[in-house]
Amino acid sequence: MTTIRTTALAALATTIRTTALATLAASSFSIAQAQTVTVGMITTLSGGGAGLGVDVRDGFQLALDMAGDHEIKLVVEDDSQRPELAVQIAERMIQSQRVDILTGIIWSNLAMAVVPSTVAQDIFYLSPNAGPSALAGANCHPNYFNVAWQNDMLHEAAGAVANQQGYKKIFIMAPNYPAGTDALNGFKRYYEGALVGELFTQVGQTDYAAELAQIRAAGADSIFIFLPGGMGISFMRQYEQSGLNLPIVSAAFTFSQDILPAVGAAALGVYNTSQWSPDLDNEANQAFVAAFREAYGRTPSLYASQGFDTANLILSASAKADVKDRDAFREALREADFAAVRGDFAWAPNQHPIQRVYIREVVNVDGEYTNRVIGTAFEEHRDSHGEKCRM
Amino acid sequence: MSLALLFEQLLNGVQFGLVLFLMSAGLTLVFGVMGLINLAHGSLYMIGAFLCAAVAAATGNFWLGLMAGIAAAAAAGALIEIAVIRRLYDRDHLDQVLATFALILILSEGVRMVFGPFPLYLNVPDSLRGTVNLGLVDYSVYRLALIGFGVAVALGLWALIAKTRLGIRIRAGESDREMIAALGVNIRALYTIVFALGAALAGLAGALVGAIQSVQVGMGEPVLILAFVVIVIGGIGSIKGAMVGALLVGIIDTMGRFLLPRIFGAFMETSQAMGVGSALASMLIYLLMALVLIFRPKGLFPAHG
Repeated sequence: MTTIRTTALAALATTIRTTALATLAASSFSIAQAQTVTVGMITTLSGGGAGLGVDVRDGFQLALDMAGDHEIKLVVEDDSQRPELAVQIAERMIQSQRVDILTGIIWSNLAMAVVPSTVAQDIFYLSPNAGPSALAGANCHPNYFNVAWQNDMLHEAAGAVANQQGYKKIFIMAPNYPAGTDALNGFKRYYEGALVGELFTQVGQTDYAAELAQIRAAGADSIFIFLPGGMGISFMRQYEQSGLNLPIVSAAFTFSQDILPAVGAAALGVYNTSQWSPDLDNEANQAFVAAFREAYGRTPSLYASQGFDTANLILSASAKADVKDRDAFREALREADFAAVRGDFAWAPNQHPIQRVYIREVVNVDGEYTNRVIGTAFEEHRDSHGEKCRM
Repeated sequence: MSLALLFEQLLNGVQFGLVLFLMSAGLTLVFGVMGLINLAHGSLYMIGAFLCAAVAAATGNFWLGLMAGIAAAAAAGALIEIAVIRRLYDRDHLDQVLATFALILILSEGVRMVFGPFPLYLNVPDSLRGTVNLGLVDYSVYRLALIGFGVAVALGLWALIAKTRLGIRIRAGESDREMIAALGVNIRALYTIVFALGAALAGLAGALVGAIQSVQVGMGEPVLILAFVVIVIGGIGSIKGAMVGALLVGIIDTMGRFLLPRIFGAFMETSQAMGVGSALASMLIYLLMALVLIFRPKGLFPAHG
């Protein structure tokens, strides 16, 4: 019996390791032939975070397709939301596939594992999603560009919205990983009322009964959550059944297009903050949203918009400079000469965007749950860690 | 900290434990009767949830979806047993792990091909929406129903194994496979039935949980790991052990997540206490498993004495 039990446990450990390898073998594929720039995309295409990675990938691919581009060779691999796997993929892409640029990582703990060694090897890293504070401050790097946001930014805006709404006793909650810490710190930086509770949950947690009971007992007047992907779905579905009826304020991640259909009516009316929204009225965005719906049959999420912007940034730079000349290409990236779907786009000195942060509301438009812009939280908002960057 | 909060957390722990029981009962049954490590048990949980969500969306009826989820998981289980598992009984555990692991990949990718990478929507039935007053707290009706389902299935399983002819055969198969085959029992059919029964329980768990969590590819694997912890604690092959193990894991995990950050908060700064507390809380059930393995290496209720 003991043997059996040991085998069972060993088997489990093997499962975990083998999933990684098998996913690796299964998902390696490439698109386009003639090329001058090789872009490696490491993103999450399986598990509870798959929706995010799929949207980044599809947004990125759409930008290449719309530009009719054959200069860029895109290699996509699934990291299964696992840091050690992401590191292996990055090493292989750099060593044997000779990529010039890496991109695609969704989760900040994976970004922390991959980005520092990548940029040190003179490879560009363009982040379409994760923006951990450590990489925006002391560990900033000339080869690291964040096209999305620094993690804190949207949560800072959520803090401002909480003030605006007059919330005085808020309960805040995020998963225990770098982006979760950034989220709570960012929120607290701007929120002026009292905190009646603060909780870290596990990454990938699916049951929030214990947390909901504590929110109920804390006597909160409102809730702030950062629970991207499947975590947000689980929380909102259980929240709906918990009998709690407190207003929720959040950044876009927990109320993004990838999870709204699964959350349904429970999300209606929630205010969330974002640098982008499908209804933003600029020419680039209207074209993007229409083309995305046409190509994939669904409304894009903010992740898709970030993938799209990242690809367009690369396209704009490769039109001006040869990627093999790293200095020239870096200058071209710094010019950011592309039509971002979020509107005006400019770099702060630490190569993170300075941008407007909108307040969105979850609405039901013709049977589809989506977001619409109802106001602006910050104009020309820049991240709070940039001054620690010496570059 | 009020009594009401403690009571609510206890209910949450019991509810979580009973869902784990549905998962581990099938796993431990298959392990006990057939000596088979089935890593694909989590995939059957996923199949139950997806079919329930799809049928509930098409018909607008959760209960039809639930039936479909259970039936689909049982059918998938029987099919897998006949096509793959049957060839593995005489092989060693490593071969079984390899084959059932391959099944995880095939089933996950298959479900992704059919349903896409985005999570599905499964509604709680109208009759179980909202909350009910239990004196101390208002508690979610649906979670209360989950507790009811868990208890009902446990009683049903007990009756099946202790009181029916099939149960006698299952127990006999556990003790001596050759002997009951020699006595004329169709051991092949028995194994298929047991495997399908385990699969149906996993499908039931997946469908029930799907209504309050997200129905997505890969949802079964985290639960599978917990289910293995449960059967190691309870004693492999023992339904009673699975029940006790599942309740222990459910309650300790819930209470740990709730109490540890508070305990550390007494002598640490809040955000630090949260970090340490929640990190330790996620280890708690594995510590419990380690302790059980040290003092009761065969689990709390070893099936074979």
